[in-house]
Amino acid sequence: MPRIGRTSSITTVLAALVIVGTLSACGSTGGGDSGGGPTGSAAAPKSGGGASFDTAACNTTSGVTPGFSNGVATVAGATKSLSGAGSTFAAPAYSVWTKAYASTGSQVAYQSIGSGGGVAQIQAKTVDFGDSDTPMSDAELKAAKGGPILHVPLLVGSVVPAYHLSGIGSGLKFTGDVLGKIYAGAITKWNDPELTKLNPGVKLPDEPIAVAHRSDGSGTTGIWTTYLTKESPTWVSKLGGKATSEGKEVAWPVGIGGKGNEGVSGVVNQTEGALGYLELQYALAQNTTFGQVQNADKSAYVQPCLSTDTAAANQAHFPADLRGDLTDEPGKDSYPITGTTYALVYQNQTDKGKAAALVNFFSWVLTKGQDLNHQVNYSPLGAPLQKLAMAQLSKITVNGTPVAG
Amino acid sequence: MSPNPPRTPPDLVSDPAAPDTAPGVPVAAGTSDTADSTEAATATAVATMPTRPPLGQSTTATARRKRKNITMIVVLSAVLALAIAVLVWVLGYVAAEGLKYLSPQFLTHTPPGNPSAGGGGFANGIIGSLIIVGIATAISIPIGIAAAVYLHEYGGRVAKVARFVTDVLVGVPTIVTGAFVYALIVIRYGYSGYAGAIALAAIMLPLIIRATEEMLRTVPRELREASLALGISKSRTIVSIVLPTASSGIITGCMLAIARAMGETAPLLLTVLGNDLFVETNPDHRMATLSLQVFSNAITGFQAAQGRAWAGALTMVLLVLIFTAIARIAGRRTAVSGGKR
Amino acid sequence: MVTTLDRLDGPDRLRRRRSRPRLADTSFRYLTGAAAWLMIALLAGTTAFLVDKAWPSLRQYGIFGSLSSSRWAPSEAATSKGNPYGILQFVYGTVLTSFIGMLIAVPAAVAIALVVTDVAPRRMRRPLSWLIDLLAAIPSVVYGFWGIFALIPALKPVVTDVNDTLGKVPVIGKVFAGPFFGLSYFTAGLILAIMVLPIITAICREVFATAPVSEKEAALALGATKWEMLRLAVLPRSRSGIVGAAILGFGRAIGETIAVTMVIGNSVLTISTSIFGQGATMPSVIANEFNEATEPFHLDSLFVVGLWLLVLALIVNVIGKIIVSRSGEHIA
Repeated sequence: MPRIGRTSSITTVLAALVIVGTLSACGSTGGGDSGGGPTGSAAAPKSGGGASFDTAACNTTSGVTPGFSNGVATVAGATKSLSGAGSTFAAPAYSVWTKAYASTGSQVAYQSIGSGGGVAQIQAKTVDFGDSDTPMSDAELKAAKGGPILHVPLLVGSVVPAYHLSGIGSGLKFTGDVLGKIYAGAITKWNDPELTKLNPGVKLPDEPIAVAHRSDGSGTTGIWTTYLTKESPTWVSKLGGKATSEGKEVAWPVGIGGKGNEGVSGVVNQTEGALGYLELQYALAQNTTFGQVQNADKSAYVQPCLSTDTAAANQAHFPADLRGDLTDEPGKDSYPITGTTYALVYQNQTDKGKAAALVNFFSWVLTKGQDLNHQVNYSPLGAPLQKLAMAQLSKITVNGTPVAG
Repeated sequence: MSPNPPRTPPDLVSDPAAPDTAPGVPVAAGTSDTADSTEAATATAVATMPTRPPLGQSTTATARRKRKNITMIVVLSAVLALAIAVLVWVLGYVAAEGLKYLSPQFLTHTPPGNPSAGGGGFANGIIGSLIIVGIATAISIPIGIAAAVYLHEYGGRVAKVARFVTDVLVGVPTIVTGAFVYALIVIRYGYSGYAGAIALAAIMLPLIIRATEEMLRTVPRELREASLALGISKSRTIVSIVLPTASSGIITGCMLAIARAMGETAPLLLTVLGNDLFVETNPDHRMATLSLQVFSNAITGFQAAQGRAWAGALTMVLLVLIFTAIARIAGRRTAVSGGKR
Repeated sequence: MVTTLDRLDGPDRLRRRRSRPRLADTSFRYLTGAAAWLMIALLAGTTAFLVDKAWPSLRQYGIFGSLSSSRWAPSEAATSKGNPYGILQFVYGTVLTSFIGMLIAVPAAVAIALVVTDVAPRRMRRPLSWLIDLLAAIPSVVYGFWGIFALIPALKPVVTDVNDTLGKVPVIGKVFAGPFFGLSYFTAGLILAIMVLPIITAICREVFATAPVSEKEAALALGATKWEMLRLAVLPRSRSGIVGAAILGFGRAIGETIAVTMVIGNSVLTISTSIFGQGATMPSVIANEFNEATEPFHLDSLFVVGLWLLVLALIVNVIGKIIVSRSGEHIA
C-alpha cells in the first residue's frame, strides 16, 4: 500500500477517535438530565433562593370531588368513537377523561392542537367537537359551517407565570402591570428595579429575560392577554389598543414561540432565564418553578392552586350563552388569571349516532369526570356553573328533536 | 442517489521521493481555470512546479510540497472523521436516551392518560405508521413502476415532459405536498389516514420512478431485442423479462422510498393530525403515526412524555435503518453483470 | 411447442397472432402512459390548488403584497387597514438558515468527496460513503429532538464566547450578538448542514469520478503529490458540478420543515439581525399555524407562503439541475 495511503488511513482513524471522544464527553455532560425512568409525578412547588408562596389557602383540599349526579340519562344508539381537537390548556384533563371513559366502550380521540385549531376545525366540521379556552367571537361563530355552536364549560384552570432561574424556587411575586411590561419588551432584565421591588428577599440575577409565548392560536394566550389588557396600560399601548392586545393570537413584540402549552413548557425548562405562561398542570407536573400574582383587589399575592381557582370561579358571572371570562375576579383568595375551557358543539346535529355519543360523553364529563379533575390539578366546575353547562347539553337537537331524554 | 457506486480510478504508487531530473524552473503559483484546456493546463502547471534540485543539494521545496500534501490529506480526512463523528453522536445519543425507555411494554401499549405519568408506549403510533406507509406503498409502487416503464420503454414527448416533471417533483418541499393534499381531500372529507397515505405516496412516487428508470437503463438492449425478435409482445417483454431483470435495483429504490416515508412528519401534520391516545386502525379516521407522536411528545416539558419520545425516536431510526439495510442487500444481488452505467 | 420457425410460416399465421398481443400491448401502453400523466397532473394539481387557495389573499393584498412587508400579525387582520400578512421575514429566515447550512456543508462535502473518491484506501471507500449517506436516513424529527437536547447545550459555551468576542466588534458585531437562548437561525442552519451534507457529497462524488483517469495519472507520473493531483486534475474541472451540488443542496434545505421548526425559536414578527436570534422560515410558519388559521385571510395567506416556497424551490432546483447536468450525464 502506498505510504500516503497508509498514513492517511491511520490519521483518519486517530482523528475520528479524538473527535468522537471529545464530543461524547460534551454530549454526556451537556444534555443528559433526564435521569430515571418516566415516573413523573406532580410534586409540591419547591421554594428556594428567597422565594416562597404567601397564600395559606392552597393547603386545603376540600371540594375536590364534588360528586355531581345530575347527568343526562344515557342516550341509545351512540357511535363508538368521537373525534375532537383544540385547547392544550385542557389537554391533560381530556387525556384523563377519555382514558377513563374508554371503559364504557367508547373511544373519544382528542388532539391537542391549540384553541385556535379547535375553533378552526369545528368551523370546518372536520372534527365532531372542538375545544377552546376563549369563547368564540361573533365573527367566528358566523363562519361556522354547521349553524349555531354551544359553549359547554368543562373545568376551571389557571395560567401561571413559570420561569427558569437557577437557585430560585417557586413563589416570585408578579403584578399584572409588571408582566405586561415584560411581555411588551419594556422590562428586559431579571434584576430590573420593578421586579426587585416586588421581591425584596430574592437575589434576582443580572440576566436577560427569555420571554416565551405561544406560536400557535391559543386560548391560554387569550386568558393571559385578557388579564394583561385589564392590568397593564403599557401592554395595551404597545399592542396598539384593546382590540388587538388580547385574543388567541397577538402580535408578540418580543419572545420565543413554543407550540402549545407543551412547547412553551419545553422552552421554559430548557432555557436559563426564561419566563413563560403555562396552565398550572404543566408547571406542576414538570417541577417548573412558577410565581404568584397580585389579586384584583391589590390586597395580596395569590398562589395558583385548586382552591384559589375555585374561589375565583365562584365569583364569576356568566351571560346566558356562557361566553364569559374569569380573569381578575374579586376576593382576597381569588387567583386573578383563572379560566375555563369550552367544548364547542354544534347545536343542530345531523347524525343521530354522533349526537347521542356527544351528549353521553359530555354528560359523563360534567358528572363523573369532574371527580377526576383534581388528578391533573384542575378545579371541578362549581355547582351553579355545572348546572348551566348541563343545560347546554339539553339544547342539542337532531333534525329538530332534542337528543337528551 | 444512484444505486451504483461511482467509478474510482486505480490506485497508483506515488512516491514523491522519486528523483525528478527535469531542469530547475522557478516556482509558479496558480492553476488554469477553464475545464477545456485542462490537459494543457496540467502540463503547464506541472512544468512550472518546483522540481528537485540537482543531486546533493537541499530539498526544501520538495519537502515543503510533501508537508503541504500531508497537511491537506490530514485536513480532508479530519473533515470526514468529523462528519462520521457527528453521525455517531446523533445515533449514540438517540440510542442512549431511547434505550432507557424502550421495552416490550413500549411497543405494545398506548400512552397513559395523564401525560406526566410513566410507563405506556407508542403502540398506536407504530401501528398507524405501518398502516399509513403500507397504503402509501401499495399506491405508489405500481404507479411508480408503471410510469418509469412508460418513460423508458416508450419515450416520446409526453415521456420527456413527465421525466422533467418527476425530477422537479423530487424538489417540492413535503409541507407543500401536505398543503396540496389538505386542499384536495381534507377540506372535503376531514383528517384521515387515507389523506396522509396519499400525501406520502405523492412524495414517494418521484423517488420510485427515478430509481426504477435508472435500473431499466441497466438492462441491456439486446435482451429486449431478443425477446421481441422471438415474437413476444412488448408488454409481455417488459413484464416478464425486463422488470424481473431489474428487480433487485427496483426493490432497492422502493425500500429507500419506504424508509423515507417512515420518517416524514410535516405532510402528516396537515393531513392526519394525529391521535395521541388510542389505537386506530381504520384509515378513514385520524390515526397516530410514530413521527407525529415523537414530535408532539418531544416538544413537551413532561419528563415522562419526553422519555417516551426518545424511545419512539429510537424505534423510528431502527425501522429506517432496517429498511435501508434491506435495500442495500437487495441491491447487491444484481441479476445482470456488467450492466450499463 | 411453438418454435421460431412456426412463427415465420406464412402471413395468415402472423396476422392472427398479431391481433391478440396488440390489445394487451395497447392497454399496457395506455396504463403506463396514464401513470406518467399522473405525475404531470400531480405537479399541475399542486400548483393549481395552491394558487386557488391562495387567491383570496392574493386578490385582497396584491400578488406581491405579502412580499412587501415583514410584519406577520394575523390578529390584526380584522382591524388593520394595511397588509397584516407580510412574509419577508420568513423568506429571510429560509434563505439565511439554508445559506448558513451551505457555508458549512459545501466545503465539508467537497473534502469528504475527495477523500472518498481518491484518498481513502480502496476497501474503505464503499463503507465510508455508506456512513455519510446514513446521515440522510435519520428522520427530520429526530434531528430536531437531538438538536434541542444534545446540540444546543454543546453549542451554548462556544456561542457565548462568540457573543462576547465577535459580538462586541463594531459594525459586524450585530450579526454575532447575543443573547443566545439556544433556539436560533444558527442552530437551524447547523442542523440543515448536517441533513443536507449527504446529498451534496453524493453529487460531488459522482462529479469527481468523472475526472479523466488519464489526467490524474499524468499528474502523478510527473511527480505531483496527491494533493497537487487533486488540485490540478480533479477540482478545476469540477467547479460547475460543485456549484450545482451546492444549489441542489440549498434547494433541499429550504424545504426542510420539522427539524427547523423545533430549533428556530418561532418568532414571526421581526427580522433579527443576529444569526443567534430567533426567527421563522416559510415551512415553519405553515407547520405552526396551518391547523388553526381562523382570522380573515389567515389560511389563504399561509397558502401564499406555500406558493412562494414552491416557486422558490422549483427555481432553485431547476437551476441546480441544469448546472449539474452540464458537468456530466446521469448525475443526481
